[in-house]
Amino acid sequence: MSILDKHGILEKNVTLLALFAFLVVTIGGLVQIVPLFYLENTIEDVEGMRPYTPLELAGRDIYIREGCYVCHSQMIRPMRDEVERYGHYSLAAESQYDHPFQWGSKRTGPDLARVGGRYSDEWHVDHLTNPQSVVPESVMPKYGFLSAKLIDGEHMEDLLATHRMVGVPYTDEMVENASADFRVQSNPDLDYDGLLERYGEKVSVRNFDGEPGISEMDALVAYLQMLGTLVDFSTFTPDASR
Amino acid sequence: MSDKKDTKRDDLDYETTGHSWDGIEEYNKPLPRWWLMVFYATIIWGVGYTIAYPAWPGVRSATAGLLGWSTRGAVAEEISAQEAKLAPINEQLASVELTSIAGDPELNGYAQNAGAAVFRTWCAQCHGSGAAGAKGYPNLLDDDWLWGGSIEDIHTTITHGIRNEDDPDARYSEMPAFGRDGLLEREQIAAVSNFVMTLSGEEPQDPALVEEGATVFADNCAACHAEDGTGDRFQGAPNLTDAIWLYGGDYATIHETVTNARFGVMPNWNTRLSEAEIRAVATYVHGLGGGEASE
Repeated sequence: MSILDKHGILEKNVTLLALFAFLVVTIGGLVQIVPLFYLENTIEDVEGMRPYTPLELAGRDIYIREGCYVCHSQMIRPMRDEVERYGHYSLAAESQYDHPFQWGSKRTGPDLARVGGRYSDEWHVDHLTNPQSVVPESVMPKYGFLSAKLIDGEHMEDLLATHRMVGVPYTDEMVENASADFRVQSNPDLDYDGLLERYGEKVSVRNFDGEPGISEMDALVAYLQMLGTLVDFSTFTPDASR
Repeated sequence: MSDKKDTKRDDLDYETTGHSWDGIEEYNKPLPRWWLMVFYATIIWGVGYTIAYPAWPGVRSATAGLLGWSTRGAVAEEISAQEAKLAPINEQLASVELTSIAGDPELNGYAQNAGAAVFRTWCAQCHGSGAAGAKGYPNLLDDDWLWGGSIEDIHTTITHGIRNEDDPDARYSEMPAFGRDGLLEREQIAAVSNFVMTLSGEEPQDPALVEEGATVFADNCAACHAEDGTGDRFQGAPNLTDAIWLYGGDYATIHETVTNARFGVMPNWNTRLSEAEIRAVATYVHGLGGGEASE
């Protein structure tokens, strides 16, 4: 009886079969997944990436709460048609501070990975309030209620600390000043030097929805207007071999 | 199970597995040779495939594959091949006189089609997929132009945008917020709103105020919108006499416009689109119906 005939033993013993099947799947999984954590050519260092500001992070939470990811992806695949429509293909590093990432898997609406700066704030407010007012053929629901709900930013420190726990490099200073940074980003009349110092000069400080107070609309528009704008592809060229 | 040890039936040449259920026996037939050969071939092919393409993880990096293929390389190659294919006509489009595009059937055909694609990708979200616009976003099909409807004017508007902060050459003007900033009294705003309605032949809400409104208009509005209300394209001041309204021509909307002013923004496209793409979409928009001849 050669070794090739021994499979009969496995086929007749269901416990043994389950054990060996588990072993095979485990090895296959480890070989595919583990190298991604240490291989240098899967972890790309990209210029310009920074953790989200507290206001953007709040906007991101609203994005997740409202289930935007169900209809919108945030992942431009490396294909010509996608690059021509949406802009440079997404890099893994652009999602490195996303917990969880928002790549999505379905595009009822367009991809949003590089929607930042593509439309005016006013357009975003118009469109979120009543999508059909600017895109009559759209099937997107209306999100006007976001304007009515103000956020006080009370738990911003905890939110940043939680993200730090899962690996986002928020400094102690960022966590301590989270509430203050949250308040100044949508109000250019306040002193926002600290915010720019901590998160970089490129952070947009303006009244996103044009209304007084920090509403959920402010936070969501701040998040959308930042999407895909952190890496400057006029100066950064991704390594072609990755 | 039977206890039959003899696995060969006399009436057949095939071996059986020795199993028997209710008299039904199972042949022990090997897989067809051709099938086995194909199976082994796929295993060899699979090994070769992982050598030719990026696959095996190592200590620091994964093998790059003998063929040197990568996802990013492939898409870059595809894009540059397409660019190379279109380079001659794009160069021609980007270098000829703007006014001569319409006269060249081949160039015009290309510009119209390429421009339509650019429009649907980048412009349709505000101006509508049919270019009919929306409240606050101009209709590009009609003959009313805020900043000019010649091919050169359209080209400049698309290149630099309107009232954006990113391009110092953006078209810029700002209507004062007459009410919010206290430049006019509430009564004066009511009067001038009534007067503006009459400019395009609308019935004013309160005819008694029209005369006073005319004075307010002459003192405060005529500098930009012209004495007769026909506007001024150098300042992007809309023509108020043509009954085409960007935000609305009813009393409440005009009142709101005078009180808070409007500040419509259009992005500059010179950082996102190539010169050929900008010229293509300018040609497309110019050809939509409202395009004006160059002076």
